[in-house]
Amino acid sequence: MTDRHEPLVDIRGLSVAFPAQGDEPVVQGADLTIHPGECVALVGESGSGKSVTARSLLGLTGDGARIEAAQFRIRGRDARTFREADWRRLRGNLTGLVMQDALVSLDPLRTIGQEVGEVLTEHRLVSGGAALTERVHATLAKVGMPRPAERARQFAHQLSGGLRQRALIAAAIAAEPDLIIADEPTTALDPGIQDQVLAVLADRVREGAGLLLISHDLALVARIAHRVIVMRAGRIVDAGSTQEVLEQPRHPYTRQLLAAIPSAASRGSRLASARISAGQGSSTIEREPSPPRAAVEPRPVLEVSDIAKHYAHRAAAGQTGTFTALEGVSFTVRAGEVLGIIGASGSGKSTCAKIVLGLLEPDAGEVRLLGELWTRIPEPRRRPLRRRLQYIPQDPLSSFDPRYRVADIIAENLPDTGARGRRARVLALLNQVGLSGGVIDRHPRALSGGQRQRVAIARALAAEPALIVCDEPVSALDIGIQAQILDLLADLQGRLSTAMLFISHDWGVVQHLADRVLVFQDGRIVDQGSVADVFGSAIVNTVPGRLSAA
Amino acid sequence: MPARHLTLRILSRLGTSLVVAWASVTAAFVALHALPGRIEDILAGDVDFPGLREAIAAEWGLDRSLPAQYADFLLRLAHGDFGTSYVLRRPVIEVVGSQLRPTVELAFAAGLLAVLLAGGLALATAGRGRLAHGLASSLELVAASTPVFWLGILLLMAFSFSLRWFPVAGAKSWNALVLPAIALALPTAGLLAQVLREAMEKTLDQPFVTTVRARGVGETAIRIRHVLRHALLPAVTLGGWLIGGLLGGAVITEKVFGRPGLGTVTLGAVLTHDVPVVLAVVLLAALIHVAASTLLDILYLLIDPRLRTT
Repeated sequence: MTDRHEPLVDIRGLSVAFPAQGDEPVVQGADLTIHPGECVALVGESGSGKSVTARSLLGLTGDGARIEAAQFRIRGRDARTFREADWRRLRGNLTGLVMQDALVSLDPLRTIGQEVGEVLTEHRLVSGGAALTERVHATLAKVGMPRPAERARQFAHQLSGGLRQRALIAAAIAAEPDLIIADEPTTALDPGIQDQVLAVLADRVREGAGLLLISHDLALVARIAHRVIVMRAGRIVDAGSTQEVLEQPRHPYTRQLLAAIPSAASRGSRLASARISAGQGSSTIEREPSPPRAAVEPRPVLEVSDIAKHYAHRAAAGQTGTFTALEGVSFTVRAGEVLGIIGASGSGKSTCAKIVLGLLEPDAGEVRLLGELWTRIPEPRRRPLRRRLQYIPQDPLSSFDPRYRVADIIAENLPDTGARGRRARVLALLNQVGLSGGVIDRHPRALSGGQRQRVAIARALAAEPALIVCDEPVSALDIGIQAQILDLLADLQGRLSTAMLFISHDWGVVQHLADRVLVFQDGRIVDQGSVADVFGSAIVNTVPGRLSAA
Repeated sequence: MPARHLTLRILSRLGTSLVVAWASVTAAFVALHALPGRIEDILAGDVDFPGLREAIAAEWGLDRSLPAQYADFLLRLAHGDFGTSYVLRRPVIEVVGSQLRPTVELAFAAGLLAVLLAGGLALATAGRGRLAHGLASSLELVAASTPVFWLGILLLMAFSFSLRWFPVAGAKSWNALVLPAIALALPTAGLLAQVLREAMEKTLDQPFVTTVRARGVGETAIRIRHVLRHALLPAVTLGGWLIGGLLGGAVITEKVFGRPGLGTVTLGAVLTHDVPVVLAVVLLAALIHVAASTLLDILYLLIDPRLRTT
């Protein structure tokens, strides 16, 4: 094993370029050192080069990458001279990689046991089937997998998100590598599950492994990292101990990122323009107020009374049971109100959204939209009202017809007018959501994530809806873009007084935007009320450290 | 539970297969009776005297109404009686059975060869750079678009007439099988390789491949152990069609290489309106099709565990 004081990774001036995709390097002049027993976090927005930097430690930057570095030492050896065989000896054996979303990062056609054991057989670390099975079970137990022998025979799709991610970690650490690279290991997991997965990784660090944690979530890394490196557009813009970087942020970009995190403290103010001003010892966030909103009217837009939804499912033992997706859910959205729905995945949020959108019939109860019956009526009767209810999805790209241009996407939702009137209307809507008219003839795949979400918002607005259902509309966005989209939604909501049903698993986002909150758990509403009521007076600020709102 | 689930699935497949067999036999029966010309004429052959046709019709049951003939026909089929060939005057079972072996041998050899060629090509070229991609896709295109009979003639000219490595005709020894199998396999291999390689390249872009690479697994092992299995799914979808293509192609190949087999029998039977033989061949084809698709259905479940739970 390596000397405790010798760094596992010691890189100076790393540059990575893909000549086939343009001359501009995706990583430029990056320095990175990781010691045993240390967690280094690499944070930044998507496309900032953090994943490429991490993959370069495994020699997995991909075909056609040109890597240059003044120094590139891995466990004291010069990695610049490594050939493919050298890299392969290192991968899995000495360095483990944990990626995002185990559902697609584990081979879906192989059992958990086969996936965890592969690294052991590949590097001939165990001999004999019994020894392999034993080692696989021990590794699964180590990551906190209940009933490892049973789980080892299952497939990734049969496990819950949290267990699946544990299996992915087990597959990465089966050979007990002394360096673990975790690329967004908890993204797409519920907050509670995130903590558990993070704890598994923290255990490895405590046992002496080095951990490179890549994330866009600053609050998350603050909990586990010893040092933080902030990347932007391929360059390292800020680096230092977690305390230096996140608690007393010096760099303007880091400050901007921290200030853009939505929370209860940021309610009623803009996120994208928020800045941290550093005082002596403590920092404060300065925010601009959002435009004033009209008061919520008592007139209900949506009335949901006592809806339920059950599914028959085949239980593990072979008998069929019923799965309660939704039970006894009642709520009302009033005109001009933003109602937040919060809950872990599987809590019934999405089932509720589908019923509200009239895409799924409830087994019991009824929904009224603008005072008219909305459930258990034939679709032709629903159609005239459909325009008044619009939807903003998490992943707008998959909700667009890929052959449509932006103009067609938005115009499809416009009331009938002449061709010239339509184009003018589309331009006005694009302007309203902060897009230039230049995108009107572009295809959605040629737009950035933020631009796509703006198009989705413009499409919803085109129908002049009374209610917009937003299903995790900012979950897939980087923090800077998320701030812009949240600002846009707040602005538009204030100006148009459109009622919103805002579904999210991110408490900060809901606290920032919603007037009232429903908390879903196991298909039932377990808590509801104003944001202050539900989240309590002792609101936990998601911004790490001693930041306070101005 | 998976075993019970599997049994249920196979049983329902077998139920469907009965319907398919019935439908295909009925279609063939109707088609053959709709053809111009009378069956009595075929049976009479060159002999002609008054009352002969009536006697034949009575003997073969052709004087009854079509529905009655149809019902009688189905009843006999259910008892495994395929009747007697009008032309050869021998039991149909005997006629078809004696010619089944060479055709099955040919189709099986060609199928195996096609799978090996396509698998090898896909493994060697999928995701291995632009040059390999270009080379493989041109090879596949040429192979897939070459007609079997033309390829057969070329092979015969080169290896039988000029080099004299293989016999020109017949099915007496193993080396008589080599050229027909190659001629029949190449177009199928081309198509199969196209599908396999494309599916493999798509799979290689999946995130889990990065995870596997990060375990230190080599590129060829990744393709054999992980990627190939994913690529098999679309290939299996094509499988039913390929088996049909092999049997159809076998008929032509047999003709080109002068091999005995079902092809010759079927062609002769259709041209001479030999209804019982044609019906037996149709039934056999339906049976093979149903067996193949049932097998492929089970293969899906073996390949993809995600299909087993629902």
